[in-house]
Parts: sequence; C-alpha cells; structure tokens
Amino acid sequence: MPDPVLAAHDLTKTFASGGRALTVLDGVSFSVEPGATCAIVGPSGSGKTTLLGLCAGLDRPTRGTVTLDGVPLGPLSEDERAALRARSVGFVFQNFRLLPSLTARENVALPLDLRGDAGAREAAEALLARVGLADRAGHYPTQLSGGEQQRVALARAFAGRPRLLFADEPTGNLDAETGATVESLLFELNREAGTALVVVTHDPELAARCGQTVRMRGGRVVADTSAAEAASPLL
Amino acid sequence: MPFLTTLAWRDSRGARSRLVLYVSAMALGVAALVAIRSFGVNLERAVDEQARDVFGSDLQVRRSAPFTAANEALLDSLTRQTRSVVLREATFPSMARFPAAGGGEGRARLGQVRALDGPFPLYGEATTTPEDAFERFQESGGALVDATLMLQMDADIGDSVQVGGRSYAIVGRVDGVPGQTDVAALVGPRVYVPLADLDSTLLGFGSRARFIAALRFPGDAGPEATAATLASVVPRLDRADLRYDTAGEDQEQINEASGYLTRFLSLVGFVALLLGGVGVASSISVYVSEKAETVATLRCLGLSSRRVLAVYAMQAVALGLVGAAVGAVLGVGVQRLLPLVLAGFLPVTVSNDIVPRALVEGVGVGLVASVLFAMWPLAGVRRVPPLRAIRADAEARGLDVLQLGVGLLLVVAVSGFAFLQTRDLRATAGFVGGTAAVFALLALASVGIRALVRRLAPRGLPWAWRQGLANLHAPGNQTLVLTVTLGLGVFLVLALALVQTSVLSRIALPGSGGASGPDVVLFDVQPDQRDSLRALVRGQGLAVLGEVPIVQMRIAALDGVRTDSLLADSSATSTGRPDDRTAGPPRWALAREYRSTYRSALVPTETVMEGRFEGTVDAAAAVVPVSMEADLAADLGVGVGSAVTWDVGGVEIETRVTSLRKVDWAQVQPNFFVVFPAGPLDAAPQTSILLTRAGSSEASARLQSAVVDTFPNVSAVDVRLVLELLDGVLGRVADVLRFMALFAVITGLVVLAGAVRVALAQRTREAVLLRTMGASRAQVRRTLVAEYALLGALGALTGGALAVGGAWALARFAFDIPFVLDPSWLLVALVAVPAMTAAVGLAGSRAALSRPPLDVLRAEE
Repeated sequence: MPDPVLAAHDLTKTFASGGRALTVLDGVSFSVEPGATCAIVGPSGSGKTTLLGLCAGLDRPTRGTVTLDGVPLGPLSEDERAALRARSVGFVFQNFRLLPSLTARENVALPLDLRGDAGAREAAEALLARVGLADRAGHYPTQLSGGEQQRVALARAFAGRPRLLFADEPTGNLDAETGATVESLLFELNREAGTALVVVTHDPELAARCGQTVRMRGGRVVADTSAAEAASPLL
Repeated sequence: MPFLTTLAWRDSRGARSRLVLYVSAMALGVAALVAIRSFGVNLERAVDEQARDVFGSDLQVRRSAPFTAANEALLDSLTRQTRSVVLREATFPSMARFPAAGGGEGRARLGQVRALDGPFPLYGEATTTPEDAFERFQESGGALVDATLMLQMDADIGDSVQVGGRSYAIVGRVDGVPGQTDVAALVGPRVYVPLADLDSTLLGFGSRARFIAALRFPGDAGPEATAATLASVVPRLDRADLRYDTAGEDQEQINEASGYLTRFLSLVGFVALLLGGVGVASSISVYVSEKAETVATLRCLGLSSRRVLAVYAMQAVALGLVGAAVGAVLGVGVQRLLPLVLAGFLPVTVSNDIVPRALVEGVGVGLVASVLFAMWPLAGVRRVPPLRAIRADAEARGLDVLQLGVGLLLVVAVSGFAFLQTRDLRATAGFVGGTAAVFALLALASVGIRALVRRLAPRGLPWAWRQGLANLHAPGNQTLVLTVTLGLGVFLVLALALVQTSVLSRIALPGSGGASGPDVVLFDVQPDQRDSLRALVRGQGLAVLGEVPIVQMRIAALDGVRTDSLLADSSATSTGRPDDRTAGPPRWALAREYRSTYRSALVPTETVMEGRFEGTVDAAAAVVPVSMEADLAADLGVGVGSAVTWDVGGVEIETRVTSLRKVDWAQVQPNFFVVFPAGPLDAAPQTSILLTRAGSSEASARLQSAVVDTFPNVSAVDVRLVLELLDGVLGRVADVLRFMALFAVITGLVVLAGAVRVALAQRTREAVLLRTMGASRAQVRRTLVAEYALLGALGALTGGALAVGGAWALARFAFDIPFVLDPSWLLVALVAVPAMTAAVGLAGSRAALSRPPLDVLRAEE
C-alpha cells in the first residue's frame, strides 16, 4: 500500500463570528491514495470548501494536520506551502479563475513558467490541443465561452503534472452538456497523468464517477466510501 | 526572475492606459521640479556670466559724502595703476519735474537721479531709444529717463525734465540697463543727468547722495587677472578707510537671493508632487483591489507572496519611469514659461537651455516618489490570501509590516526632500507638519461630511441628486482622495488670494472713506526752508498736519565696545541672513546710518513693550534716555539699560535704552528705529519732514509741482502713488505664486480624471443597471453631474475653510495685520470647482453612458 498523497487528520476549523466561536469543521479525517479520485459531497454550508482550502494549504486549521505529497503542512510558512503547491498541486475552480490579462496559452503555461521550465509554450499548446482548443491559444479568457474557459483551466491544472488536483465545483457554472464534456476531460486527464483528484461537488453524477466519496454534514464526515471500496478507483 | 518580468508585463494588459493616467498625476509635480531646477541652474549660470554686467564694473568705491582731496588722489593713482576706465556717479532720490506734463501745469514725482561722468554702461548693453542715446548723452548732455517714468508723465523725447534747479532736455528713453529689474524701475525710476551739470545744492547737507567711482579694468582680463588687480588695489582702499564693492560680492548676494527664490518655488512644486502621490496611492489601491482575485489565483498556483509583490512592484517601477519621463518632458516646456513670469524680478536674462542634471534629478525624484506612493497600497498584495480564489469573502487581516515600513519611508523621504529644498530644520518641520496637518484636516473633513451625508441625506431632493449624494458614501467611493486633492489645490490658491487681499486692504488708499491722515510727505526740508514751505502749503489751501525732525547718526559704540572694532572682527558680527548662526549683531545694523527723530510723546503706531518712554530730558543731560524698536534691539543684542553711543555729525552722544517699542510699519507715516526725547538734539544738524493732506491726486500733483519749483531739494512722496506701486509689486509676486499654485490645481484635476477612470467599471455597471430598469441617458448623466459637482463642492468647501483659517493665521502671525475676508474669492471657488469637477467627471464617464446595456450584462456573466 503506497503512502497516501493527501492525508487529513482530525481537521477542525473554528471562526469567531459575532462574538461566538463557529465550528465549520469538526475533527475531519480522510486520506486519498496516489492516482485515486475522491469526491467531497454534502449540502451547502457543510464545510466542503473549507476542507478543500485546508487540504490545499490555502488556510490553516484550528486543530489537526494535513500531509500533502508526504509533507506535513503544519510547520510550513505560507510561502513554503506556495512552493509545495507549485510543485505538487493543481487547481480547477468553479469560476475558472483564468488570469484575464493572459491568453489561453499563457494561462496554461503559467505553472511551468513559474517553475522556470523550458518548453512551457510547447507543452501548453500540446495541452490546449488535448482539450480541443488548439485554435484558441491566442485568445483572452473574455473571448472564450464558459466551457472553453474551464477547458483552458483544466489544461492549466494538468500543465504542471501535479500529484494531486483540487477541483472546486468544476462544472457548477456550466450547463449540463458542457459540464459533461468538461467532466469527461477531467477524468481522462486524471487517468493519463496518474494525478489524484479531489473534487468538491454538488453534482451526484460527478460524485458517482469518483472512486471515493467523502460525505459531509455540519462540519463532520458522515460517510467515507474509501473504507468500503478500497480497490480500483476507476470502476 | 525574467518570467516575473514577463508576467508583470502581461498582467498589465488592458490596464496600461489607465495606469499611465494614474501616474501622470505625478508628472506635473516632476514637471514643476524639473522646470524650477533647470531654471535655477540657468539662472545661476546667467548670474555667473552676467555678474559683471549686472554690477556694471569690476570695482566700485563708494562714499556717502563727496570724495575728499586725499580720496581723489588715491582714486587717480589707482586708475593709472590699473589702467582702468572710470565712471563717476552721484546717485540720490530726488524730485523730477516734467513741466509739460499734466496739461502744461507740470507734474513731479520722486525718482532716483544718477548723475554720471564717464562712459555708461561700463559693461553690458543698455537698451535705449534712440539706440545711441548714452553716447549722445555723454557727448552733448541732456537727460535720459526710464521708460516707466516717461510713460507715467506722458513725456516725449525732446520735452524737458527738471531736477533740482536745473532743467534738461530729454535726449532719450531708457528701456533697460544691465542689472536693473523692471520692479526696481517701477519703484525708483531713474533719471540720468550729467554729473558736471548737476544742481550742486542737491548734494548739500541732509542729502542722501552716494558718491561712486566705478572702475573697468583694461581689456578682457579674465577672472584671475581681475582678482590679482583687485588684490593689489584693495589694501590701499582699506587703509584709506574707503568702502568698496566688487562684482564677485555682488554675485554672491544675487546667488543667495535667487537660491531662496528657487528653493521656495521648489517647495510649491513639491506640494504638486505630494498631491500627485496621493492620487497615485489611491488609484493603485483600487487597482490592487481589482487584482485581488488574480493575486489569489497566482498564489494558489504556487507563486510566493514575495514574487507576487515583485510582479506588481515591477509594474510600479515601469509606471513611475513613464510618469517621471513624461513629467521631465513637460518640465522642459514649463521651464520656458518661468523666465516670462519672473522676468520682472530678475537682474539677468535667463536662458531656456535644457539642463540634463535637472532632467535626471526630476526623473529620479519622480521615480522614487511614484514607486513609494504606489508601493504603499501595493504592499497589500502580499496579504491577499490564496483562499480568496475559492472564497470571495476571504480578506487579509491585521497590519502589514511592509506597508507600515513603506509608510514610514514615505514620511522620511518627504521630510528629507523638504530639507534638501530648504536646508533648514525648522522650515522642514514647519513644511512637513503643515502639510500633514492640512492633509489630515482635509481627510477628517471628508470623512466627517461623508458620515453626515449618510445620516442626514435630505429626502426632498430630486432623485438624481439623492443618487449622487449616495454615491459619495457608497462602497468603493473616491470621496476621500478627491476631496483631499481638490481641497489642497483650492486651499493653496485661495489662501494666497485671501492673504493678498488682507495685505492690500491694510494699506488701503487714504481719502477713500473720510480718512484724514496725511497723503503727501515732504522731506529733506532744510531748517531755513521750514517757514516758507509751511506758507507755500497753506497757500495751496492745505493744512500742515505735522512736522517731524530727522537727525542722521551712526552707532559709535555698543555698551562701551566701539563699532569699528566690532565690524573689524567678523566672528563678533553676523551677516544677518537667516542661515547665519553666528551670534552677534548683524553688520548692516551696526554700519547703517540711522535717521532718528526726537519728540516728547509716542505716536499711535508705537507701543512700548518694555521699560518706560521718557519724552523730555534736560538738553545738557550727560546720558540721554532713548527708545529703540524691539526687533532692532533684539538684532543688536540690546535691552533696556544698554548703553549706546551715537555719532551725530561728529559729536558723540551717550544714551541709555530706557524703552523698547513695537512699531506698526505697515502704516504709511514716518516711523523710526530710534526715538530721542525732546531737548538734547534740538541743536543738532537736522532736516525735517512735513506732512500734509492734499485730498486728491490733482491737488497732490499741484502741490508737488509748486514745492519742487520753489524748493528743488525737497522731495515729495505721494502716498497714493506708493500704495499703487505696492499694489503693483504685490500683484506681480502674487502672479508668480498663482502660477505655481496652478500646478496644484491641475494636478488635482488629473487626479480627478484618474479617479473617475478608476471608478469607471463600477459606474458602467450602475449606469447599465439603471438604464435596464428604464432610466434615460439624461437621468443617468444627471446623477453623474450631481455626484461630481457635490465632490467638487466638498473639495471647495473644505479647501476654502482651510484657506480662510490659513490666511487668517498668516495675516495674524506672519504679517501681523488684521485679517480681511473677501467672500468673492470663496464664491468663485464654490462655483468654479464644482463646475470643473462635474465637467471632468462627465467627460470621463462618457464610455459608461455610451455602451449598450446588453454588452455589459453579457460581459458580467
């Protein structure tokens, strides 16, 4: 059994709100194996996005630990965590988050450029071709439709060949048909690259395609299917 | 690092034009600094090159009485030894009467007579009509008159002018002489007459004539040879106890004066730079908040906070460079205007040469200032949490150390720069403190009014105005920065105007409004002329309002120490200039000739500050009690009880200071540094001043003409004319100040344009929303006009209120005069500023109105 690429243990997050402490996450533990796919599902306000933020090292837990690609995040400074993200993590956001002043090609090349990789441009073009947007490489995000923007975002997420990819409602802003295309692409790329996938979603179909489902409610994990279905994530 | 540069460049796409607009607010300040610095360097060079022309010779030997036979022998020997060309001159203020003026009645006014013997000018070129007027004058005599005086007296070449008992044919008009400023010509217009042909009574007792021998050394000797010649001559003059000046000393004085001028102007430019800086800081902070999402995404993708900051810092540096370069180019243009504005005050002709050093300095200062002001808000990008990418409400918390550091650095840089400009710690503290106070008060007023508007928005207003008012405190509003920049511009311009009004109203023309004070002052009246002059004045139907005796004297000793020995010891005396920290009395106060009076009581313009005024004393008293003006006493280091020995026409009089007086010099009437009691000076050689009231310009002209006819040595000062002159000179000073304040106003408008541009995206969204809901373009336009007009009014109100306060403080504490509020200036500001801001606001928001609603809604998806 290989070491998990993501391991969360006893994650708790409390906010001070209106003079009271508000516990958004309460003792959440789960782990994701290399190359596996994991859906985090649950109703609004159940703590999904907070959990994602903590796992990606975007925020610090009040209690508990996160180990990302074998590195415990706790002792790392914000900039060290950023460096770890640059090395090992990819992101897909609900509202795409392409940099508006960069072309599709430049957006995709960004993770490679940040590492100083030579050949970022070629790699970006290859990835754009892979998501079917070879002819839109020079376009700016505002010149692309929502589905196209999310496909560019997918290409960008995989450009750095991350060990782990976080997706926050990746189809939430897309219509059903476009969403399905993006969804398929997400899983294909995940399979090709051997990247582990952590998806926060409301979409039961999307969740169903994941090998593991972590079900949240009121800041707690109410079900984790990884225990039940420990074998191949790509059934 | 190269990739960060690329990223910085790419990230600025689509925002470049407006970013350049933000920093262009800086450009005007840089332009002012470059222009002033270039002008300063050119001025210094002009003084350097033209110093000899301005001074008019290589060496001037002066005496306040005719040269003695021994002096003459020495001067002859010196002239032969140095093979110099010599110009002899006697110069003194005297009445010049133009018999043909005033419709044949003749008119007279006080001018400065220059009685010449020798080639003039020794150096440089005089501008005259006809061109060879000075050659003709030298060959065949006659008189030359300054153009200003010719104009006043409506005189033509060929008319005659009377000086003392002599009449001269005017053979030419003098339009310009090296070293004489327009302002000087206005105050004391020159009349040139031949020395040999001068009414010698004008040089008699009580005359204020100076006798000058000016030498031009042979050939173009060059500075070293000139210095060597001077070195050989000077000891002989010293031994003969003759006073002299050299072109070099003159140049130092001009340099010092022009240094003050350019440093003062630089401070005004600096204010424009500060204003621009505030504009940059505010625009960039909006830019940063727009970029928060991009920053969060970059952080998610693994860019460290340091590198994110580097991306934006590079943009700031590039922008700063652009702004500074634009400013430098503008500055070269402004530089061409400065000599035009300042020409009247300058004794030299200043070139418009481009000064590379000034350009480099300007670009440097502009760059540093833009980067510092931009970095202040930019430092905040370090604190944008990556979480912001998935949570819109994720905000940075707490205090950023870097931001705090940049803020501190800003204060240090501002203070440092102010110090470099003024070279004076107190002035720096005053400038920085004053600027900070004005900024703080404007900001406070803005915040207060914003809060007030939110609570007390009147309900009865039309919708457009209510909407405009609401926009003043809506999220993302620019109220603070706009009221601060506009307010500061209004403050500068208005404060100047208000102070000027107060100063001028203080010295308002007598006769306007039943005043009964004297309006004509006749002086240099000899004792034997008193009775007949009095009769003449009364013969004109005028009353003699007063007669004041004048006794000329010098300080012979201070508390037993001889003035000669004090003057010989440079460590015991100071130059009296503000930067001279030497303890000891200033040389001018020791060496000058005091024109003192004696009387038994104080006059209304005097107040005793310390001690007691003693009005009468026995004529034979061994020690005479005197009263001294308080500021002079402070300069001399003299207090109540000090002993001062006066040299009155060769007789020494022992006195003791028994009172210190404060004198209101702003009143036009004879005032004195030193007042003796009646008695001891009764028999001293003296002249007197006679005060009368003519009541009208015509009566005054008649009186002056009659007096000059009968008593050529008596001078008349028409108080009206003096006040008009003062008004004219103050007006010119105010023009210069206003020209500089204009920079602050224009900067305010550029910042306004930038702020409008910043708010454009939000404005467009609102406008489209309103129009989608059925508002017409005209209605939307009205809300915009309302908002910007209100902003302008806010700036004008707060700036105006501060200006009233500032002008009051200046009048009260700096000028020591009562403050007079002229509401017309405030009204102009209250109308013009809102109109201008509304116009700029509307022009900048055109795009918001012209885009079809659907376009915007689609882009918003």
